[in-house]
Amino acid sequence: MTAMPLWLDILISVLVVAGAAIALTGSMGLLTLPSFFTRMHPPALIATLACWCILHGAFAFFWWQDGAAPLRLYLIALFIAMTVPITCIFLMRATLFRARRAGAAVPPSLSGRAPSAEGG
Amino acid sequence: MNAPLLLPWALSLAIGMLILAMALCLVRMLRGPAAQDRVLALDSMYLNAMLLVLVLCMHWGSTDYFEAALLVALLGFAGSTALAKFLLRGEVIE
Repeated sequence: MTAMPLWLDILISVLVVAGAAIALTGSMGLLTLPSFFTRMHPPALIATLACWCILHGAFAFFWWQDGAAPLRLYLIALFIAMTVPITCIFLMRATLFRARRAGAAVPPSLSGRAPSAEGG
Repeated sequence: MNAPLLLPWALSLAIGMLILAMALCLVRMLRGPAAQDRVLALDSMYLNAMLLVLVLCMHWGSTDYFEAALLVALLGFAGSTALAKFLLRGEVIE
């Protein structure tokens, strides 16, 4: 383990703080936005930009500390990138289904199977 | 000395911000008007917890907690999907 050069120190610090700040921004949006469909957006910020910033920072840090690239960190990013859209689509479909059944003004179902207030 | 100068401060700041982010998600989860708001808040709380575990890995300088972060992400996905399925169908396993 050699001394950490200043540029690496600055790079990792900026990546980690930026990732945490983006996660905080996303959570703040989740708390303050007015409706559920607008609230779907901020968590995507956490899952993409914040996740990648912190993962790159951790990658650089452990590469410097251990002398070997910790490639299994990218398993986490890969897994998040694969699973978060699935969760979002499921939640979106559940919300639309519940809104249609409650008679709210949402777009009708394309397949025409879901029970809706306007008979679509 | 080979200790980094800025990094301890940056890591403490990041830990504080992530804990605050989790607290905001918790407020949304407790307050959420509909069930799907609570599920969404729980899902983002899982993501924040995963990032927090990664930052704590760097704080402690240990790679032993990568698997914990991976498990948090995996269980968060399974839980959110099961809850969304429950909201859609009224049951998890048909």
